[in-house]
Amino acid sequence: MKSSDTIGWFADIGLSDRLAVGGKGGSLGELTRESIPVPPGFVVCTSAFERFLSALEREEPIRSRVEALSGHELEKITPLSQQLRKRLENTPLPEEVNSEILAALTELCGANSNPPLAVRSSATTEDAADASFAGLQDTYLWVIGAEATLRAVRSCWASLYSVPSIVYRRNHGMPESAVSMAVVVQGMVNAQKAGVMFTRSPLTGDRSVVTIEAAWGLGSAIVSGEVTPDRFVVAKITGEISVREISDKHIQHVPAPGGGIGEMETPEDLRRVPCLNDDEIVALKELARRIERHYGRPQDIEWAIDQAGQILLLQSRPETVWSSKERAPVAKPAEDPLQHVMKIFGGRR
Amino acid sequence: MSTINVNAPTKAKGFPLPSSLKVVPGTEQAQAAYPYYIQFTKEDDERFWFYNSMHFPEPMCVFDMITAEAAYCALGSANTRIHCLPTTLGIDCRIINGRVYIGGNGVTDPAEIARRTEEFKRRAFYYYANWERLFAQWKDKMMGLIRSAEALPKLELPEFEPLEHVHAGRGIASNHYILETYQKTIEGYFRMWHHHFEFLLLGYGAYLTFFDFCKKAFPEISDQTVARMVAGLEAEIFRPDDELRRLAKCAIELGVDKEFREGKSPDEIIKSLQKSGESGQSWLRELAVARDPWFNINVGDGFYHYHRSWNDDLSMPFAALPGYIENARRGERLERQTDKLMAERKQLIADYRELLETEEERAAYDQMIQLAHRVFPYVEGHKFYCEHWYTNLFFNKIREFGALLAKHGFFPSAEEVFHLTHYELESAIVDLMMSWSNGSAPRGPERWPAIVRERKAGIAEWAKHETPPALGPVPDIIDDPASLMLWGITRENLDRWLKAGEQPNSNEIKGVAASNGVVEGVARVVKAAEEIDRLHHGDILVCQVTNPSWAPVFQKIAAAVSDIGGSMSHAAIVAREYGLPAVVGTGTATQKIKDGQRIRVDGGRGVVTLLE
Repeated sequence: MKSSDTIGWFADIGLSDRLAVGGKGGSLGELTRESIPVPPGFVVCTSAFERFLSALEREEPIRSRVEALSGHELEKITPLSQQLRKRLENTPLPEEVNSEILAALTELCGANSNPPLAVRSSATTEDAADASFAGLQDTYLWVIGAEATLRAVRSCWASLYSVPSIVYRRNHGMPESAVSMAVVVQGMVNAQKAGVMFTRSPLTGDRSVVTIEAAWGLGSAIVSGEVTPDRFVVAKITGEISVREISDKHIQHVPAPGGGIGEMETPEDLRRVPCLNDDEIVALKELARRIERHYGRPQDIEWAIDQAGQILLLQSRPETVWSSKERAPVAKPAEDPLQHVMKIFGGRR
Repeated sequence: MSTINVNAPTKAKGFPLPSSLKVVPGTEQAQAAYPYYIQFTKEDDERFWFYNSMHFPEPMCVFDMITAEAAYCALGSANTRIHCLPTTLGIDCRIINGRVYIGGNGVTDPAEIARRTEEFKRRAFYYYANWERLFAQWKDKMMGLIRSAEALPKLELPEFEPLEHVHAGRGIASNHYILETYQKTIEGYFRMWHHHFEFLLLGYGAYLTFFDFCKKAFPEISDQTVARMVAGLEAEIFRPDDELRRLAKCAIELGVDKEFREGKSPDEIIKSLQKSGESGQSWLRELAVARDPWFNINVGDGFYHYHRSWNDDLSMPFAALPGYIENARRGERLERQTDKLMAERKQLIADYRELLETEEERAAYDQMIQLAHRVFPYVEGHKFYCEHWYTNLFFNKIREFGALLAKHGFFPSAEEVFHLTHYELESAIVDLMMSWSNGSAPRGPERWPAIVRERKAGIAEWAKHETPPALGPVPDIIDDPASLMLWGITRENLDRWLKAGEQPNSNEIKGVAASNGVVEGVARVVKAAEEIDRLHHGDILVCQVTNPSWAPVFQKIAAAVSDIGGSMSHAAIVAREYGLPAVVGTGTATQKIKDGQRIRVDGGRGVVTLLE
C-alpha cells in the first residue's frame, strides 16, 4: 500500500493533508493513525479531481461559468448544473487516474473479491462551514464492484455541481478555484446498529457527557432523519448513564440486494427495545473520549457496530454549535476564597 | 392507604391550606396531647409548610417530638442569632395527625439582608478561617457531654435511705435525685442539639458552593458525582461497620468462625462462645471492645425512640457476621480500601477539572473544592456522636424512667413512657416523688394507662393515612439555604410534588440517583432491623432509611432503595463503595413496593420500576 498524488491510504494521511484529501478523508486518516477502528480505505485525492477537471476545462470552461453566476439566479444555475453534472459523469477519466484507482481497489478488496464499499465526498472547505457544506455532496453506500465504484467516485465529483451546492458557494462568495473535492473509498460496515454521538450535550453544551443516538441497521436512517433513534446520555468520566430514551424504531436501513441501500420494517420484537446495551454505551463513550482527547476539542462522531459486535468509527468532525458560542466564566478565583460561599448564603441565586 | 380528606378551597398553584387538613376523626385527644405551640392555627394558612418526611417519616409519639423541638431550637439559634445567615432565620414546626410540618422564616428586606450579611461575614468567616481549631474544641465539648450523660446516676427509690447517706449528712432524699436526673437528661438533650448545629449549615454551605459551581459548569453532572468528589472516607460513622469486619476476621483467626451461621440468634451464639473455652472468651472480649462505643449506632436516624442501637439489639450486627466471615474465607480483603477510594476521588476531581474551559475556572474550582474538603468532615462526623451515641444514651435514660414508673403501676410497660410529653413525664415523676415521700399511692396509675391507650391508637390510625407533602401557598422564590441544604427544597422539587398528585398510577417511583447501575431483582421490603435476616443474597433492599447501621447488609444485596435520604446520605456513600445501584429519597418506596415483587433499580437515573 503506497500512497501517491492520486491515492492517499488512511494510514498515511491526516488533517494537515486537508487540501489533498478533504476534511472527511483527513479525519479518517487521523483516526486510523490513532489506532481507532475505522473501516479500511483510501482517498482519491483532489489532484485527481483537478486533473480530471483540467481535461474538461480544456474542452469547455467550467469554473468561470459557475463563478459568473450569483446565488439567486436559479433559472441559470439549474441548466448549468444539469449540463456540468452530465459532463462529469460521462467523460472518461484520465487514464492514469483510472488505473491508479483500480489498483487501489484491488489492494483494498483483494483480487477477485467484491466486498461492499462506501464512497463518500470529502470536501476541502474549512471546519465551520464543513458541517453544512458537506451535507450537500453525495455519499454512496453499499457499492459493489470496480465499475460501480468508479461511477460513484465521478458522481461524488459531479455532486459538487448540484444546484444546492452551487447556490451555497455563490451565496458565500467562495472562489471556485479554491473548491475541490477528494473522495473517500472504504469498506462498508454491515451494521447491526449504528448512530451518531456528540462529546458534549447538544442541549446544554455540557462537556462532561457524551450523547449517543442509535438505531438498528445502517446509520443512514438516523442521519437522514427517517427513524427516531434511541437516545442515551453517559457521563464521560464516571460512565453513569443518566438518560435512556427508547424510541419506536419502526424502520431500518439495510443493504439492498443489487447494491445500494433499502429500507425495511423493524421486526416487532426489536422496535421498542434499547438497541444498545450498557457495555456498548460505555465502550462508545470511551472511544468518543479518545477521539476528543486526540483533537483537543468536542467532536460530532458517526459510528456503527458490525455483525460481529465490533465498534467502527465512520467519521468525526468538530462540534460547531456550542463551540462557537461566547460564554461567561462560571466563576473566577476570589482573592478571599471564602467569598465563594456568599453565592449560597448571600441570597437571590 | 387513604388520603386525608381535604375539602376546603386551595389557592391557585399551591398545596392544601393547613386549615383544610383535618384531624382524623376519633384521634382528637391524641392530637391535643402535643404542646400548644406546635398546633396549627388559622394564621398558618398564610405561610408555606412542608412535611418533614426525611427526618420524621412516621407519626410521632408525643415524647419523641422533643427531638423536633430541641433540633429546631438549636438550628434556629445558629442561623438567626449565632452565624446570622443573611436570608433566613429559623424553622417553625407544627404537627398534625402525628406528621411534622416545617416552614422557614425568610428575610426578604434588602437592607436587612445587607445588615445580616455584614454580621455573617464576621461570624461565619471566622468559623471557616479557624475551622480546625474550633472543630477540635467541638469534639472535646461533645465527648464531655457524652461522659456526663453516661455518668447520670441510676434511678433508685429505696424503702429507706441508705445508712451511709444519713451518716454522711447528705440531707437530700433519693426522690429529689430522680427529678434532678430527669432535668439533667432533658437539658443535656437540648444542649446536644446546639452542638449538632454549631457547624452544620456552614459545612453544608461550603459543599453546596462547590455543588452549585459544578452544576453551572457541567449542567448534566449527577448529584452523586459531586457528592463523590467531596465525601470523605475516614469519618467515625464508618467505624461500626469496620468493627464488624474486624470481628469477622478475628473469629476466623480464633477458630470460632463456625459458630456464626445464618438463622442462629445472637444469644445462642454468645452462649456457645462462652462455653467454647479461651478462644470463645477472646472473641467476646473483642466484641466488648467494639461495642463501646461503636455499637452505639441506631437502626434509624436517631429520631424515634424505637430505633434501637446495635448495643440494645445485636441482631443487626450479628446478621452481618456470617457474610463477612464467608467473604474472608474466600480470601477477600475485608478492610475498606480507603487508599484506593481516595485515589479514585482524587482522579475524579482531576478529570472534571480538566474538562473546565479556562484556567480562571480551574482556579475557582480549586478554591471551592479545597474549602469543601476542609469543612465537610464535620458534616460526616457529627452524626455518630449526636444522632447515634448521645441519642441512644438519652432514649435509654428515658426508658429507665419508664421502667421506674411502670414498676410503680403508672403503665404496663416501660416503653409506654414515650406516650407522655416531656412535660407530662416530669409531672408523673413529681407525682411519684410525692407518693414515695408521703407514703400514699401515686395518682398516675389511674390517669395514664387510658391516655396512653388513646394515644397509641392515634399513632396506629395516623400511620394508615397519607399526608400532603406540603401545605399552603408556594413562595415565588425559595431563597432559604437551610431548607435547600437539609431538605432539598427547591422550586423545581415543589413543582414536581405538585405534579405528582396529578399522575398517581405510574409504575415508576422517582427518587434521588444515589449510586449508578441498573439491576433487576426481588424486592425485600424491610421495615425493622429485626427483619434483616430475611434478606437473601441478590435481593434488593427496600427500606425507610438506610442509615450507617445498615452498612453490613450491603455485602449481600444487589441494590438498595429507601424512602429517605439524599445523594450525600451515608447509604448513598456506602452503596457507591460497594458499587451497588441505589435510589434514595423516594418518599414512598416502602408503601408502593410489595415484598417479593420484581423491580428494576436504575441508580443512575434515580428511578425504580415495578415489573409486576
